[in-house]
Amino acid sequence: MAIIEASGLAQRFGDRTIFRDVSFRVEEGQVFVLLGGSGCGKSTLMRQLVGLLPPTEGEIAIAGARITGPDAAPALAAARRRFGVMFQSGALFGSLDLAGNVMLPLEMFTDLPRAERAARARAKLAEVGLADAADRLPAEISGGMAKRAAIARALALDPPLLFLDEPSAGLDPITAAELDRLILSLRDRRGTSFVVVTHELASILAIGDACLMLDRNAWPDAGGVIAAGPPRVLKAESRHPVVRAFFDRAPLAAEAA
Amino acid sequence: MPGRRISPRLAAAFATATGGLVFIGALVTALVRLPVNRRQFRLSDVAREAEQAGFRALPLVLLLGALIGLILAFQSAIPMRRFGADIFVANLVSVSLLRELGPLLSAVILAGRTGSAFAAELGTMKVNQELDALAVMGLDPVTLLVLPRMAATLLVTPVLTLMMDAAGLIGMTLVMVGFGYSEPAIQAQVQQAASVSDLIGGLAKAAVFGAVVAAIGCRAGLGTGNGPRAVGLAATAAVVGGIVATILLDGAFAMLFYRLGW
Repeated sequence: MAIIEASGLAQRFGDRTIFRDVSFRVEEGQVFVLLGGSGCGKSTLMRQLVGLLPPTEGEIAIAGARITGPDAAPALAAARRRFGVMFQSGALFGSLDLAGNVMLPLEMFTDLPRAERAARARAKLAEVGLADAADRLPAEISGGMAKRAAIARALALDPPLLFLDEPSAGLDPITAAELDRLILSLRDRRGTSFVVVTHELASILAIGDACLMLDRNAWPDAGGVIAAGPPRVLKAESRHPVVRAFFDRAPLAAEAA
Repeated sequence: MPGRRISPRLAAAFATATGGLVFIGALVTALVRLPVNRRQFRLSDVAREAEQAGFRALPLVLLLGALIGLILAFQSAIPMRRFGADIFVANLVSVSLLRELGPLLSAVILAGRTGSAFAAELGTMKVNQELDALAVMGLDPVTLLVLPRMAATLLVTPVLTLMMDAAGLIGMTLVMVGFGYSEPAIQAQVQQAASVSDLIGGLAKAAVFGAVVAAIGCRAGLGTGNGPRAVGLAATAAVVGGIVATILLDGAFAMLFYRLGW
């Protein structure tokens, strides 16, 4: 069953079309990777999916409920209880320690007593390997720890769907691999679905069950989808020059000439 | 007929005006929805902001208040002494402080110290995507971040003003004692010149100034643009906007109080 269904998505800023005709499905329990080169619209597409940017055209449904359109605000508000988001910077609240960051959604949306909220927050932090850092402020931790803490916060309400924006960006390969393992572990243990925006090839191949590749020159006048499918299949079989260049880490023929 | 392009300055002014109206709309909406979203309005945030904006500003307010009282007393003593009326310095300073300078200077300090801090804090949160993080959690940044700051300044600005008034009167008293007047004589002059309504009018003005300065600071922070200079520009806009708004409001209060005969 699809946890996300997107059809005919387009985004324009002024007279510039970032992408158009983007359609895809994300199945439950799947790690779905949005990939592509810089400036192809991956993060813009993710902002549409989490309801931060209304698409210029097209529709998005999460768990069967349409969250786009003029009358979709209640559905979007309800859908927001069903997903968590990790932003590229982590976006932890600087005035709260890590436990406070994870407790915030619990405080806002549950009736749990404070002690129970604190226990749950510590359990979520332990789940991402940060049991000893609960009392530290975001300014006192590394980039990799901030991203894991942001995942713990996104998991606070046990959502079935997580969006991760560039989880490996700016991390050393060992920390990036640890994050990949965490994602796979959450998928396998809890059945969590993921939409991961990344252009880190190693991560894509390690975690992706399915992917959608965007390119800014997909259409003569706009970006869009150039390939879809399991990343390993695309790597092995795709003949699209941009897909080949991406997976072979080689410059495009036109650029190399 | 070829279309004329709108000048960038006009477009920017229009965008600022619309942004302000949108912010006022968001504030009103947040206030109306407060009973529904009451969890998002955290009293601990109000207390923390009140401590930052009030308690931590107290030394500066007391210092400036005392200096203003002292300077006003010295400056007004020079012309008044020519008429043998230097005892009336107490009248002039007390009425000026209670009705006008206390609230005005407190608001200016608040704009420079707290309004800019609000803009920088919220601007940094925006740049760090923390506001996006709130939005995707279904939390309203205005209820969670702006209302507690406005409530805190609404509460602390009258207190700061009262402290500034008191410090100013002490400064003035020191000067008057230096001129050879006794403390009871100075106190009698102050009581004769200034009334409780002067004090209350000043404190009421201060509360309004405080809320407006906070709102302008928060608006500047939430409207922070992109790039490394954006947070600095937001803080500058908060200070300039806060001071200009305070003086405009003070003018409006002056006319209102004149009409009411206060």
